[in-house]
Amino acid sequence: MAKSINSSGTDTYVGTARSRVDGPAKVTGQAKYAGEFSAPDLAHGYVVSSGIARGRITALDTAAAEAVPGVIKVLTHENRPRTAWLDYNYQDMVAPPGSPFRALYDDKIQYSGQPVALVVAEDFDTARHAASLVKVAYEAEAPTTDLEAQRELAYEPPKKRSGIKPPPAPWGDAPGAFDAAPIKVSQDYRLAVEHHNPMEPHASTVVWEGDGKITVYDKIQGVVNTHGYIAAVFGMKKEDVRVLNPYLGGGFGSGLRPQYQLFLAVLAARALERSVRVVLTRDQMFTFGYRPDVLQTVSLGADASGGLRSIRHDAISGTSNFEDYQEVVVNWSGVLYDCDNVALSYKLAQLDTYTPSDMRAPGAVTGVMALEIAMDELAYETGQDPIALRLKNYSESDRTEGKPFSSKSLRACFAEGAERFGWSTRNPEPRSMRDGRELVGWGMATGIWESMMQQSSASATLTRDGKLTVGNATGDIGTGTYTILTQIAADTLGLRMEDVTTKLGDTDLAEAPLAGGSWTAASSGTAVMRACQDLAGQLFALARGLDDSPLANVDFDRAVFKDGHIGVAGDASRSIAITDVLRATGTETLEATGSAGPDAAHQKAFSPYTHSAVFVEVKIDEDLGVIRVTRVVSAIAAGKILNLKTARSQILGGVVMGIGSALEEESMLDHTLGRFMNHNLGEYHVPVNADIQDIDVIFVDEEDKANPMGVKGLGEIGIVGTAAAVANAVFHATGKRIRELPITIDKLLA
Amino acid sequence: MNRFDYVRPETVADAVKAVAGGNARFIAGGTNLVDLMKYNVEQPGRLVDITRLPLDAIAARDGGLSIGALVTNSTVAYDAQVKERYPLLASAILAGASGQLRNAATTGGNLNQRTRCYYFYDEATPCNKRLPGSGCPAIGGLNRIHAIFGTSPSCIATHPSDMCVGLAALDAVVRVAGPEGERTIPFAEYHRLPEDNPERDTTLKPGEIVLSVDLPDETFGPHHTYLKLRDRLSYAFALVSVAAVMTLDGDTIRSARFALGGVAHKPWRDREAEAFLAGKPATHETFAAAANIVVAAAQPQSENAFKVELTRRALVRGLSQAAAGTPQSQSDKRIA
Repeated sequence: MAKSINSSGTDTYVGTARSRVDGPAKVTGQAKYAGEFSAPDLAHGYVVSSGIARGRITALDTAAAEAVPGVIKVLTHENRPRTAWLDYNYQDMVAPPGSPFRALYDDKIQYSGQPVALVVAEDFDTARHAASLVKVAYEAEAPTTDLEAQRELAYEPPKKRSGIKPPPAPWGDAPGAFDAAPIKVSQDYRLAVEHHNPMEPHASTVVWEGDGKITVYDKIQGVVNTHGYIAAVFGMKKEDVRVLNPYLGGGFGSGLRPQYQLFLAVLAARALERSVRVVLTRDQMFTFGYRPDVLQTVSLGADASGGLRSIRHDAISGTSNFEDYQEVVVNWSGVLYDCDNVALSYKLAQLDTYTPSDMRAPGAVTGVMALEIAMDELAYETGQDPIALRLKNYSESDRTEGKPFSSKSLRACFAEGAERFGWSTRNPEPRSMRDGRELVGWGMATGIWESMMQQSSASATLTRDGKLTVGNATGDIGTGTYTILTQIAADTLGLRMEDVTTKLGDTDLAEAPLAGGSWTAASSGTAVMRACQDLAGQLFALARGLDDSPLANVDFDRAVFKDGHIGVAGDASRSIAITDVLRATGTETLEATGSAGPDAAHQKAFSPYTHSAVFVEVKIDEDLGVIRVTRVVSAIAAGKILNLKTARSQILGGVVMGIGSALEEESMLDHTLGRFMNHNLGEYHVPVNADIQDIDVIFVDEEDKANPMGVKGLGEIGIVGTAAAVANAVFHATGKRIRELPITIDKLLA
Repeated sequence: MNRFDYVRPETVADAVKAVAGGNARFIAGGTNLVDLMKYNVEQPGRLVDITRLPLDAIAARDGGLSIGALVTNSTVAYDAQVKERYPLLASAILAGASGQLRNAATTGGNLNQRTRCYYFYDEATPCNKRLPGSGCPAIGGLNRIHAIFGTSPSCIATHPSDMCVGLAALDAVVRVAGPEGERTIPFAEYHRLPEDNPERDTTLKPGEIVLSVDLPDETFGPHHTYLKLRDRLSYAFALVSVAAVMTLDGDTIRSARFALGGVAHKPWRDREAEAFLAGKPATHETFAAAANIVVAAAQPQSENAFKVELTRRALVRGLSQAAAGTPQSQSDKRIA
């Protein structure tokens, strides 16, 4: 087991199951979200969206809207105030290469749903009504939104997206080895376009503070990105802009980039010199980023016993006409299995849509789905058990980078997951297991996600009453960050969780990165730990300096912070309460900061990844094709687990989303109109309670040294591989191999 | 959403007067109308709130049961008499929407809810039902969920209700009032096919209001079912649904009625197939033959040919459930 955070050698909170510290605020409505903050002079903006996907605006008639009592202003490209003109200024922290979308910039329409006007009124209902009166005339051109039709135009992105590894150079001779292999699997795979659909719609409330200052409540996964964007786009000084986002009603990546409602709210607030709120409708939530359509081909060549001789994984991803969005789709195929001949490619093709955006485990959900269905196909081709096949080709090092893994406990995931699931009793023959009228299918797949860390800082303030406040600017996007930081702080200083308050999501707090990539626990967790360790040092020095100090002549490395006291390891008689130290020294507050970032030497030496093994049981009505996912076991290797309860919730959410990806989620494009048509939660299906039955989560022991706490992150690994496991279970049940997800009744009946 | 006038009459006569002339709509639960107003699909100049009208009772009538137009879907589904005498209706209601929606939605409103066709709801696109003469992009577009029976070149939308499919199989009668007084409409004639006027969903005349839905004096014991197939296990509109009732003499079908949901602009009845079933043995072969009669009339679109086969299979299963007296549960998602 990884070592404790507490100096006694045993943690009180870290590693245990703890309820969310922000839970009561959320379930009682006290937690306020970006669209719920207000100001005395608040005006309301409502967005008018383009009905065409490509072309230009030929006329805008806003007279009827402006005539509605209560309407303050209708902003369009014809009357908007000037903003920055260089692309550079619009490129936020995670922008892909290209020319970022600018709302109300000119008459050009780049995608269906593009904002073409903002109606600002004294109240929301007036703004909404007036928006329906804005008349826009277009000169429409035929849009291109069908990726398959663009296949021949695919290109390698000339400029790589920061933080996204391009495919590694090929090694060995994958085509030759494939041709020579006695057993071959080569198939196309596709996952439908998905939208994030967080519960909370995107919203920005801009409070006009006077004297040129604004306070912005924004739906963003990290205020740092909004802060920089506003400063660059509107030419404002950062100190004149404060951004807050204390709570997020789900992000899943949709809140990584500042979205157009922020731009419009700030634009309007500055133009009117008053506070403005813009909230997007559920339909408008389908007018920006999404998980892209990707055409994939996976070709596996193997020897008769299943040993991989060749892996090829080729992907063509849709992107917009203005940015080269990139994610890691194919590299996983070179990391997960040990093969001497590997060739991976990743290209883009442009569509008349908005730019795709990172969506929970971006790239991995798509790429690992294809790879892990292909591996199941290979298991059948070679007559191998799917786990045995994966063990046979188990990678002991990351051959895409030529490095050992920082840790890889995937074998334990296979073993413990299979045991819990009862995998050994599986009859591998398709259609061999049934329960009444239902065919029973058992499938499994592997999941993988990179374990990342970002530069982060944190502050810690201890007051005379023994209460500790820690925090930084990162966001808790619903993952449990408030809770784990509270646990870490409490254990580092030996305090009770009730005596610790964590503050997040405010540019006035210590600098911290966006919440994404499953890096928050490692990054901000370590920063908080270090800030608290600094406080511990200060406290210890104060305590030792007291007259007749019980800690006299004790070295700091023997000090034990536990139960609100500073004690001495191995000497229970020597101890002093922290509050007594503060009182005796006349200290009102003690402050400290901590920072943490990736260890360059370690990064150079090791590849850090989380892994999982997902086991799924489906029951499918034989005649009607109705699929029920009756059991899932997800066994996770993710280093040290900080909070068993919030960690389990992360995996449950990932598995549910994976089931949705496998069976339900699909943003449907009408290629004639170039428009997503099922743009609401009635017609865009995500799983409902009836779709979800038993989900069992296992965390296998894994000691990792990628960061000081041994934490690898959990936000994404739960979804990766789940869709493939469902698809593989469907094959086992029915004998039908469906390679285009979601698997719906029509595909099963075909 | 536009600005509108709002009135709340206390009597049916006043309600009929209030809705006359101009662009007025009745509103009760509002579970569909308010959505449509938010999408600018409906832009009424006046809303006539009918929730104070005395139409909220379930009462005996002509040996059957009369369900007032304002009785909520939940109230109907959990009503002791309905559960006892018309369990098919209770089951059909519980197959639809969510608990929250059923608590607000009313019987009359359910009859008058509008299609869930993507294009109908999106004012950025053409739609003959929303804007007559503008075209139908669903034809040749996204039509996986659309109709396979009774379509026209102007519209391929389906009626979304589950309750109405049950009412169609039960041969209910709709009692309405209007400027010219009261009248009754057999359920099969209440909804219409799109033909050249897809903007009209029903045969209600201008200004008419639904007073009640009356169920005939019939019982089927356990020989009924509501089987709904959809893209997730709850809270989704039917791809295909089957409401069936049957009377049997031993293993022989005396009479059978069924209606299909999710496949047409109205709950779809097939009298020829129903007549075929009478006097036949209640076997898989009989049901398959009846299903073949039904699907012979199917005219699928570019994306929904699967509905033909799904209809065939769903009907065979639904009739089997009704014959066996093992109606589909709406809480146990395993199909009986």
